[in-house]
Amino acid sequence: MNFTFSDEQILIRDMAERYFRDDYSLDIRRDHQAKPGGFCRDTWAQFAEMGWLALGIPEDLGGIGGGAVEMAILLEAMGGGLAVEPYLSTVVLGGSLIREGAGNDVKADFLPHLAGGDLLIAVAYSEAQSRYDLNDVTARARADGGGFIIDGTKTVALHAGTADKIIVTARTAGDDRDEDGITLFLIDADAPGVAVAEYPTVDGMRAGDVVLQGVRVDAAAVLGETGKGFPLIEAAVDRAASLVTAEAAGVMEALTRGTVDYLKERKQFGRPLGDFQALQHRVTEMYMETELTRSLAYMAAVRQDGGDRAAARRAASQAKAKAGQAGRLIGQEAIQLHGGMGVTDEMAVSHYFKRLTLIDHTFGDGAHHLERLADMT
Amino acid sequence: MDLNLTPEEKAFQDEVRTFLRANIPPETKRKVDLGLKLVKDDYVVWQRILHEQGWIAPSWPKEYGGPGWSPVQRYLYEEELAAASSPRLITFGLKMLGPVLIEFGTPEQKAHYLPRILASEDWWCQGFSEPGAGSDLASLTTRAVRDGDHYVVNGQKTWTTLAQYADWIFCLVRTSTEGKKQQGISFLLIDMKTPGVTVRPIKTLDGGQEINDVFLENVRVPAENLVGKENDGWTIAKFLLGHERFGIAGVARSKKQMERVREIASKELKRGRPLIEDARFRERMAEVEIELTALEMTELRLLSEEAAGRKPGPEASILKLKGTQVQQGVTELLLEAVGNRAHVFDPGILEDEWPGAANDGPPVPEHAATVASHYFNWRKASIYGGSNEIQRSIIAKAILGF
Repeated sequence: MNFTFSDEQILIRDMAERYFRDDYSLDIRRDHQAKPGGFCRDTWAQFAEMGWLALGIPEDLGGIGGGAVEMAILLEAMGGGLAVEPYLSTVVLGGSLIREGAGNDVKADFLPHLAGGDLLIAVAYSEAQSRYDLNDVTARARADGGGFIIDGTKTVALHAGTADKIIVTARTAGDDRDEDGITLFLIDADAPGVAVAEYPTVDGMRAGDVVLQGVRVDAAAVLGETGKGFPLIEAAVDRAASLVTAEAAGVMEALTRGTVDYLKERKQFGRPLGDFQALQHRVTEMYMETELTRSLAYMAAVRQDGGDRAAARRAASQAKAKAGQAGRLIGQEAIQLHGGMGVTDEMAVSHYFKRLTLIDHTFGDGAHHLERLADMT
Repeated sequence: MDLNLTPEEKAFQDEVRTFLRANIPPETKRKVDLGLKLVKDDYVVWQRILHEQGWIAPSWPKEYGGPGWSPVQRYLYEEELAAASSPRLITFGLKMLGPVLIEFGTPEQKAHYLPRILASEDWWCQGFSEPGAGSDLASLTTRAVRDGDHYVVNGQKTWTTLAQYADWIFCLVRTSTEGKKQQGISFLLIDMKTPGVTVRPIKTLDGGQEINDVFLENVRVPAENLVGKENDGWTIAKFLLGHERFGIAGVARSKKQMERVREIASKELKRGRPLIEDARFRERMAEVEIELTALEMTELRLLSEEAAGRKPGPEASILKLKGTQVQQGVTELLLEAVGNRAHVFDPGILEDEWPGAANDGPPVPEHAATVASHYFNWRKASIYGGSNEIQRSIIAKAILGF
């Protein structure tokens, strides 16, 4: 048992931290947000060059191996840099579903492109009524000849508007909230009958609703087995929940550090605000909650690759519930301790706060995961 | 980064688990499981069993009688101790004075005191706090005046845990009033049998008696009982309070206590069903378990750094602060779990034996008897060892740079 990083992991961390410190300012982020699709294609190509998109992909398929811990390290740095690129949707969700669910041909077709940066994927699993329940699927796929015809509407799929491929959950059997009978389909974003309504998200990214009307796919579009998609999507979302907690930890650290710096610099009553113990103790709480969240993020990442589904599920929910609770505290305190500056668009603190808040609403919020943990007890 | 035990670590865990479970005296285990009062013999008998096994002082260097374990082994051992319902080992000799003497003691002091600590021949208590020196410890006023080859000590120590059992007390005393208040403090070992030492119990809010006032009136202490140099006691005190971050969070014990929550919630009923089936109560449990797991993983992160050779730093304050919050969170769950049985006070739980001869059948089921008293008693955790407010100030200063 050990909790230390390998040399390779330290390399990934140092490189990513340096990149987001030196080459990804708030102004650059604003510039990326204004581009078509809400992110920068050149930056995405740089991510590919640095090997970040190849994480989790076997070497013989154009990847560099590595797993959830390496991605957690990277996402922590992305949190610190407030990256708007579609890493969670394409690499974390899309990559893991193809890796776990696709046949060898599909993997060989897609994973090298994913690693190379010229394939974007969105995963559309939620629906208007489903909140965070992955089993609440009403989109239908009925068998037709050798393939399927899919109808339904999926909501708030991250980066759906720029995706080349969309992975959707649809029901091939069973009732609306059955776990059995859900199937994952990998479809072309420009297939007839697919319409994506893209919108900006509150935290400066993009998402979209995906309307599927009589979308015809062949049997090869199925990821995993027909009707057995639930365990796949559940494992992928657990992985994503664990990794977005690492991103949250990066955001929390940036907020805490920024708040410490601000309190040391801002003077009132003739002295720095940081001289006031009442404020010191509050920022101390932010620091501790950041460390606790980080610890759970790494535990959860380790567990996702550990081969024990029950442990992975539990760790993901513990981490994500913590990200929600600590995120709210740290975000609100950071704003409060920045005073009036905290509520301006100009300051980075407000952008971090929004990202942290919306992370709680991604892959299940605190209440959802707490309920899930209670069910596991 | 790997959370699985290696085969060697697993074998170690099995060995420790088997021994501890086979050798803990059943009556001591029962007392610990039910939160009942432990007496001196319960501690001493058990500590001597561990000593004979060579396991009493896991953090001591091997040359002084430690077992030479890695941080992971020490972590596993702590966990197995708690799981086996071991009493808290008395820390004053093992985790406080021992490391101090190893670092600052003379060869004679080491040779004399360390083996006696290991064998539980001397019961030590800690003479730091005074009525006027709590969080502001350095303002202490107990005076030690040199008189030939003795110091003459006058003053009062307070909150002295289990002084009623103690053979010796290690004290911070003022040997100088020159300069800054931290500069005139010395670290002195005092035999409790010396004329002029008086122990007066302080009854706590749970009705228990574990803390005391210790009065020192013209107590003559041989000068050779000074540890380190005269007026160097503050350095030693800081070392003592900061050096042992192992187990400071109490993770293993909190895990064990969460099992108790589970047991009690399986016995108590709500709407005709075991409380453990109540979704809201389970969410409350999940919340505490999240904090506990986060704390455990943070401790493991710090242990890994320590194993890699990094010196313990101010991060220990996080473990103390969050650790006590989790411990207190567990006591709240226990209290909630017993419902209105929390009202019932059975004075018998304050006795050495429970249920005793005087008890005409306890008025509450045994799983609920000590829960309220434990809740009240455990408020101490965020106050002792540097209050949580002091820990926050340490973090603010030493880590955040305020």
